[in-house]
Amino acid sequence: MTEPATPGQTIGPFFHEALPYAQDRELVPPGSMGSIRLHGYVYDGAGLGAPDALVEIRQADPAGVVPRVEGSLHRPGAAFTGWGRSSTDRTGHYWFSTVEPAPVRPGGPAFFAVTVFARGLLNRLFTRVYLPEHAAGDPLLDRLDPAERAGLIARRDDDGGLRFDIHLQGDAETVFLTFPGHGG
Amino acid sequence: MTEQREISAEIVAIHDAAQVGEPQPRLDFPPYRSSLLRHPTKRPRPVDPEGAELVAPVFGHSDVDPLEADLTIQSGGEPIGERILVRGRVLDGDGRPVRRQLVEIWQANAAGRYVHQRDRHPAPVDPHFTGLGRCLTDDDGGYAFTTIKPGAYPWRNHRNAWRPAHIHFSLFGTDFTQRLITQMYFPGDPLFPLDPIYQSITDPAARERLVAGYDHDLSEPEWLLGYRWDIVLTGGHATYLEPEDHDD
Repeated sequence: MTEPATPGQTIGPFFHEALPYAQDRELVPPGSMGSIRLHGYVYDGAGLGAPDALVEIRQADPAGVVPRVEGSLHRPGAAFTGWGRSSTDRTGHYWFSTVEPAPVRPGGPAFFAVTVFARGLLNRLFTRVYLPEHAAGDPLLDRLDPAERAGLIARRDDDGGLRFDIHLQGDAETVFLTFPGHGG
Repeated sequence: MTEQREISAEIVAIHDAAQVGEPQPRLDFPPYRSSLLRHPTKRPRPVDPEGAELVAPVFGHSDVDPLEADLTIQSGGEPIGERILVRGRVLDGDGRPVRRQLVEIWQANAAGRYVHQRDRHPAPVDPHFTGLGRCLTDDDGGYAFTTIKPGAYPWRNHRNAWRPAHIHFSLFGTDFTQRLITQMYFPGDPLFPLDPIYQSITDPAARERLVAGYDHDLSEPEWLLGYRWDIVLTGGHATYLEPEDHDD
């Protein structure tokens, strides 16, 4: 028997005292061995950065294991938890200090799972950030047209970091995802 | 600035054209003006979750102090307002409890004012109330917060726009794909028909799922009033079997 789900509502403009916390976006300390910066902008349909968005990521570790470890709210000191949260700044920019996820199955894709919230956005959105080196042969990417596909693959920065922009609307609108059981 | 009657007419027109049974809010809901440039225009692509999407983040007692569930004791004195208890369960779509998982809330004070620096509502800040709370669900999926009933507050969507009193809830399931942020409302609020955020859910039965019930059995004599609100996350747990968790 499936219970009807509780609907979502917008995160609104007043979440900044509640949800962000110290080191929320530092899955590993910035500058530590193997750390990279995953970052980008959240844009609205007019191409303006959204200064009141919140991005969360969930990921495997470099061995392809998804951690089930508590401690995300009390970094540093915890083991790698594979989860982080970044609000956007006044320009719509978000960033994480993390490590690159490996595929969880041999030959599979490597990606960050992403949730996006914002004032003006009435429910959360899901997407994926694929690593450029591990995007081949993925069933989702293979179904997309080239522009959509390119929009889900991070670009490699000169410093080895990953750049991924999220377009809520517009010509470059990000491909968002729905999962079994989500309904509408 | 747009008048309430124009916003209300837009809401009615959208509801009249909607199919019964849409379970979630419309992302494209023009009466909520901020949604105009912030809704995707393409349908989300169906995909089977894999890897990190199958596993929600894990939180524990190192993350959350039990005192964080009482919003009336956090700031060195008694906050002003109507003391309430909000209690309920977090369940997955199969009705199973979501155990030992993080619940975060935030809300305005009794006067309708948030601690947020961008809140310009000329209502008093309460020095004894931050409106922020956290807890972990128990083994039955249960959560409980002691807090103050929030006030309605004005916003600038249109002229004389007021949000019905609400508490923001942030929830995690067993799967990453069950992530939910929503708002809990109070029964009988006269602002419901006027509010484009609440009315972005076109199905009346779905809207009703955001309204807590007054529960006299939760009220405590000469102390507080009790409200009950259960939360059901989208979908059941995927087929992944947790090795250490055989008892559900």
